[in-house]
This record gives sequence, structure tokens and C-alpha cells, in this order.
Amino acid sequence: VSTAKNHPAHALIGQVLFEYDMPIERGKIREFTSATGNSDPKYCGSMAPIPPTFLATTMHWEPQDPSLAERLGLNLGRVLQGGQEYAFHGPLPRAGDSLHAVTTAESVTVKRNSRGGVMTLIVVLTTFTRPDGSLAAEGRATVIERDTDG
Amino acid sequence: MDSAKVATGAALPERKFGPLTKTDIVRYQGASGDFNPIHHDEAFAAAAGMPGVFSVGMLQAGFLGTYCVELFGPESVRRIAVRFADQVWPGDRLTCRGVVTDVVSTDDGRCAELELSISRAEDGVAVSATATVLLGSELQGTARKGVEHVWTCTGHRRHGRGRRRHGEVVAAPRC
Repeated sequence: VSTAKNHPAHALIGQVLFEYDMPIERGKIREFTSATGNSDPKYCGSMAPIPPTFLATTMHWEPQDPSLAERLGLNLGRVLQGGQEYAFHGPLPRAGDSLHAVTTAESVTVKRNSRGGVMTLIVVLTTFTRPDGSLAAEGRATVIERDTDG
Repeated sequence: MDSAKVATGAALPERKFGPLTKTDIVRYQGASGDFNPIHHDEAFAAAAGMPGVFSVGMLQAGFLGTYCVELFGPESVRRIAVRFADQVWPGDRLTCRGVVTDVVSTDDGRCAELELSISRAEDGVAVSATATVLLGSELQGTARKGVEHVWTCTGHRRHGRGRRRHGEVVAAPRC
């Protein structure tokens, strides 16, 4: 593993790529839990908490012009999503809350697989804060871009 | 799940999902906002060299989230990290499995570290995950007045030992 100084995303580490507000909506929680086979009655209430992977719905709020892929200089034909993490701090966000999301490139590293293929791993961090500025959640997406076949 | 029975090494009961339909995939795409056509447009998938449309990785991650909620409660999950290993196809039957890898005590109750997977019936793991869950959900389950100190289980894992205090938060009204 080494840093990938020649990847266009490397120059963006630590810079804010996007900033946006994300209202946590009761209907969206209901829709998301239904779509993931989750029938816990608590998600139907007016104070429904968000389910564990609900912050995937940032895609409805994230600015698209330019897209994250364009901002990071990714070659979409070579991109895979490697992983995703969500961590929560304090009480879970719930219906009626509004979060402020800030997205940055956290790290850009290069890995070589057993067949000699080269991959660039980009970790995209989104922090979610409450109106009082306290941290509510962090999302980390690991994006893999294959440089060569392998 | 009876939190008293959660101990290091304990296997979690299996949970099955599916068989997965194209409607399930489209429904998740609408819910999440990920409209990549490779998951619902057969011609697009074929042009990309795929044998057909396939599921969204984050849908399988969502099933693992549901698995945790069913076992430990809607407010239990403090952290979940998924790794995408293999594709899932329409018609697949999926099985979630898990094991407890650690149990730690915090001021807000016991937290369990979990290793999770969701697999296709005939093949290996499609998505693997680790998660931190609060047992008994004392943190969220009871409304407390005024200012409370919140310990997050996430700090334990990230720093390898001990617990990290996450400052003071005002207790929000709860349902």
C-alpha cells in the first residue's frame, strides 16, 4: 500500500467536495425499511429513528452537477464500490431531524493485487452534524478504481 | 435476542431473505436514490458485459442492518461496516449469519462486536460486515432529563482499547 500522488483525487484530500443539508423524513424511513425487509413497528412512528444503513439515501440530496465521480476524477468504467461504513455518535437521527453533511476525500492509496494488477482505493468521508454542531454520524465509502487489468 | 445470552463466540440465529425479485431491486433503488441502470436495465447490463441485471450491494448491506435490528433492536446499531465481495442476482435466496467476537461493558450497557455475512444459497459470501451493537439499548430506550453523558461503543473499536467519551449531548425527546 502506498499513497497515490498521481491520482487526481489525491490533490483533493481534506478539501470539502460537497456540503448540503439532509432532512430526515418519516416517509423516507418507512420506504427504506420496507425496501430492506425491516418491519419493526418503531419505524412507522412519528419519531422513527433511522435504520442502520439509511444514510445511503444521501444520494437524493448530494449535489449531482458535478457528480462525486467527476469531482474525484474517476474513470467510471473501472470503478467498483468496495465497502461502506456508518458510525453513530449520541442519539440516533430520527424523523424530523435535519443533518448537515460535509463530504471530503479522506485518503487515496494504491494497492497491488496478487496478479500484479494495480488498484487505487479512495475513502470518501461524509460527516453529519446536528443543528447545534455536534457530530451525529460518519459515513465512509471505499471506492476502488482499477488502473490495470488484474 | 436475550442480551444476557450474548457472549464472545456465540453464533447468531440465521435469517433468510428472498428469493430476490427485480421489483425488490427497483424498490431499493428508489428508496436509496442509487439509479445506476446496471441494476434494472437488461440492455444496459448486457452492454456492460454482465449476464443480466444484478442487485445493489447496499441492498444486501440493508438486509444485514435489518438482521441487526431484529436481533438487538432499532436503536442498537452504533456502527456497521460492510465489504462487498460478490454479486447477487434476481432469484437468489440469501442467508444472514453472524457471530459475536467481543463483548465490552460501558456506562450505557454492554456492547457487542459482531462479524456478519450475507450469502447466496449455493455460493459464498456476497457481503461481509462488522458491527457494534448496544445490548439492551439503554442509551436510546429511556428518555433522560437534561444533559447526559454519552459513551459511544464506536470509540472502543477504533482506538483498540478503552472507551472514548464523546462529550455532552442534550437528551432529545423520545417516542
